[in-house]
Amino acid sequence: MTFEQILFYAFAAILVFAAGMVITVRNAVHAALFMVLAFFTSAALWLLLEAEFLAITLVLVYVGAVMVLFLFVVMMLDLNTAPMREGFARYLPVGIVVALLVIAVMAMAVGQRHFGLEQMPVPVPHGADYSNTRELGLLLYTTYVYPFEIAAVILLVAIVAAIALTLRQRGGTKTQNIAEQVAVRRDDRVRLVQMDAEQRK
Amino acid sequence: MIPLSNYLILGAILFCISMAGVFINRKNLIILLMCVELMLLAVNMNFIAFSHYLGDTGGQIFVFFILTVAAAEAAIGLAILVVLFRNRRSINVADLDSLKG
Amino acid sequence: MLDNLHNVNIAIVAAPLLGAIIAGLFGGAIGRAGAHTVTIIGVAIAFLLSLVMFNHVVIQDAGIVSHSVYTWLVSDGITFEVGFLVDKLSVMMMVVVTFVSLMVHVYTIGYMAHDEENWPEGSGAGKNSYQRFFSYISLFTFSMLMLVMANNFMQLFFGWEAVGLVSYLLIGFWLKRSSATYANLKAFLVNRVGDFGFLLGIAAVLMYFNTLDYAAVFNAAELQKDLVISLWPGTEWSVMTVICILLFVGAMGKSAQVPLHVWLPDSMEGPTPISALIHAATMVTAGIFMVARMSPLFELSETALSFILIIGAITALFMGFLGIIQNDIKRVVAYSTLSQLGYMTVALGASAYAAGVFHLMTHAFFKALLFLAAGSVIIAMHHEQDMRRMGGLRKYMPITWITSLIGSLALIGTPGFAGFFSKDLIIEAVHASQLPGAGFAYFCVLAGVFVTAFYSFRMYFLVFHGKERFRDAHHGHDAHGHHAVHEPHETPWVVTLPLIALAIPSVLAGGMYITDMGFGNFFGSAIQVLPQHDVLGQLAQDYHGPWGMVLHGFLTAPFWLALAGVVTAWLLYMKYTHVPALIQARLQFLHTLLEQKYYADRFNDWFFAGGSRGIGRLLWQWGDVRLIDGLLVNGSARTVGWLAAVVRHVQSGYLFHYAFAMILGLLLMFALFVIAG
Repeated sequence: MTFEQILFYAFAAILVFAAGMVITVRNAVHAALFMVLAFFTSAALWLLLEAEFLAITLVLVYVGAVMVLFLFVVMMLDLNTAPMREGFARYLPVGIVVALLVIAVMAMAVGQRHFGLEQMPVPVPHGADYSNTRELGLLLYTTYVYPFEIAAVILLVAIVAAIALTLRQRGGTKTQNIAEQVAVRRDDRVRLVQMDAEQRK
Repeated sequence: MIPLSNYLILGAILFCISMAGVFINRKNLIILLMCVELMLLAVNMNFIAFSHYLGDTGGQIFVFFILTVAAAEAAIGLAILVVLFRNRRSINVADLDSLKG
Repeated sequence: MLDNLHNVNIAIVAAPLLGAIIAGLFGGAIGRAGAHTVTIIGVAIAFLLSLVMFNHVVIQDAGIVSHSVYTWLVSDGITFEVGFLVDKLSVMMMVVVTFVSLMVHVYTIGYMAHDEENWPEGSGAGKNSYQRFFSYISLFTFSMLMLVMANNFMQLFFGWEAVGLVSYLLIGFWLKRSSATYANLKAFLVNRVGDFGFLLGIAAVLMYFNTLDYAAVFNAAELQKDLVISLWPGTEWSVMTVICILLFVGAMGKSAQVPLHVWLPDSMEGPTPISALIHAATMVTAGIFMVARMSPLFELSETALSFILIIGAITALFMGFLGIIQNDIKRVVAYSTLSQLGYMTVALGASAYAAGVFHLMTHAFFKALLFLAAGSVIIAMHHEQDMRRMGGLRKYMPITWITSLIGSLALIGTPGFAGFFSKDLIIEAVHASQLPGAGFAYFCVLAGVFVTAFYSFRMYFLVFHGKERFRDAHHGHDAHGHHAVHEPHETPWVVTLPLIALAIPSVLAGGMYITDMGFGNFFGSAIQVLPQHDVLGQLAQDYHGPWGMVLHGFLTAPFWLALAGVVTAWLLYMKYTHVPALIQARLQFLHTLLEQKYYADRFNDWFFAGGSRGIGRLLWQWGDVRLIDGLLVNGSARTVGWLAAVVRHVQSGYLFHYAFAMILGLLLMFALFVIAG
């Protein structure tokens, strides 16, 4: 067993374990933390596949942003997890059976028979001067530039949507009314009065 | 020398675990969202494995976009979840049946 | 000159139409006097112009006038147009129609004078009914003129349907009276049956001749006579026979031949002027006219001629029987009309078209006369129509009496009167005919003479002679005695004038025209008879002028039969008035048979009306309610509903159920993929 294989199996085992914990632990915070573990191991596996940029992105974006968001939400909401675990035991066998069935079928589809080393030999590793980021950038800014723009728009929409959904007006907050400020006229603010000089008594 | 099938089966296992997660955590919306993220991860795993073994960087581009969309989805999903909780004091899927006739 | 005649033709049909439109649409504005003035002027113009055409075509013998006025449409080489053909046959019809119509118009002024207060309760005809009535009879005149002046089948059919429509409107004139609406519906439906045959006949003509023009069809008829058609597999029919019988079915409807006669007696529900105009003198003769017009076709099919002969003979005799037992004065005349139409049809069947048309003409005069006289009696009796409550009217209404007598004498064929010449001609023609069925027809028409004489004079004696039974009738009803008795009195001049005007041709028209119409070549090319069928030609060899025919008439069987009929009527209804009741009691079943009109109405009601209703109900309840509504419409809705009720359990509303279903689907698809791959 080569070093590479040891790494693969080790990380794969951790990944499966972490995934299993995500779906079984009682506490949502723990689940989120196991998610983080799963993402880390996945990133490690992706490094084995020479997808360095995406591995880093996964860690940065998912672990750094998405999972933190999850943690925020979990902690922000005052959740009563007990009723939500109803039927957990009842559905566990069903879930396991279905999962095993699907795994069996999928394994038959993608197993050694179709995607073994004979059919898909391991490609020659890239040299030291190879830059995965550069490769991706070349593709992204040429062939996929249009989808790239759309992805940007999607993210923008997501930002707007998320803010619009969660924003709410509380009573008692002081805010500016921009429209009123812009529409103001001189006469609203300044009143010129003319009066006779008064004599000091 | 790790054959492609190992990565693919790993992806399949990951996918099935998250699927089973959907079943057994069928009431907790947050865990459901996490399961969806896991599923996407499984898919990404397959994409990258194929990309590597076929020598086609296009697969990685796909993963890139999937990550983008998944991030957006997570953001909006969580926003909805927050609003939902604010309005109904619950994120229990069993309570969310106002569409049922 | 010819152009002027074309305009005359157009004016002849346009004048009554214009009158009808003015009286019908602006009746309220022009009032009663305006309505009858404008329509009478219209019809009078048509009559006078018809005389102009008569002068041109017959007296000057300047040839036929045929022209087309307007091309309606051209489709696949077939032209549908409006056109006029005025030859000796149609010009004679035009004169008769417009003359009788004019008389009826004048007469109607008197008959309808008190229409608003005079009619029985509940028989109102609505506002401006007087004007409406005049509009209808003018419209009828227009329709009939379109029919007789047509130069193609299309226009013939138009006129044919138009007179049917007007007949419908007029029978149901008293639109609040349920018997009238029943009668007009019946007339319309029975005529539909005939018209259906007629239309099929026209369609067959179009199919085989590819044109609707008379001249073109008649010219080509000879070439088509050997064609056969397979109506249903395994049979072969001569095309000519099929066409002729189909066309004759139309004539059977319009001219009320057995078994499509049932509408005519009921049509007496209409006002009497209509009975005179439509159901005696003109419209019912449309069928006769049509067959005479189609003589070039009918000549080619002996089968059709025999068929016509037998139908006509049955109608002539058996409808006469029904006249014997009627008590309604108008119904007697109605049945006599049926019988006389039978005579005309017999003449057509015997290929004596000229005799048929000749009888049509004389009959138009004396039957219109009889009807108008009956109407006059009805006016005098304050709209009492039952003859059993009349009697002795002779001294109260002398003009009506004498004209009725003339009409009756003409009807029974007294030598010298118009009816004698035409009817004797028919009888002789049938006698001479060699067609199958001619023997039977001859017997029927001979027996018919006796029957005709009997019922005509039964009516005559019951109405004008004997005890004044109208006094009894009123005594019975009224405790105050003779104050309530309405003394009948002679009707106003607008009623009697047409009677006199019609009485004259009823006497003279026969003798004047027998030489020309009966034996001469009056109709020229309008009527074509094959040499082997030319019975009138045979008879002409023994013909020595009208006086000779009159003198000979006294020696023949018809005269003695008629005389026997008159004497029998006199014996039964003047001398031994108790005998009819005795006979009725003895021959109860026969009386019932006649009373029920041979159960024809009953049969029609039961079989056709009941059958149609039955089929309708079947289709309604099974076809519509059960099959379409129940199974298809509601059934599919129910199926969808049931399916939805089942499937809705799948829609639990729980996310994980959907996810589970999705996964299962995925699993199946995968399995398929793996197994297949």
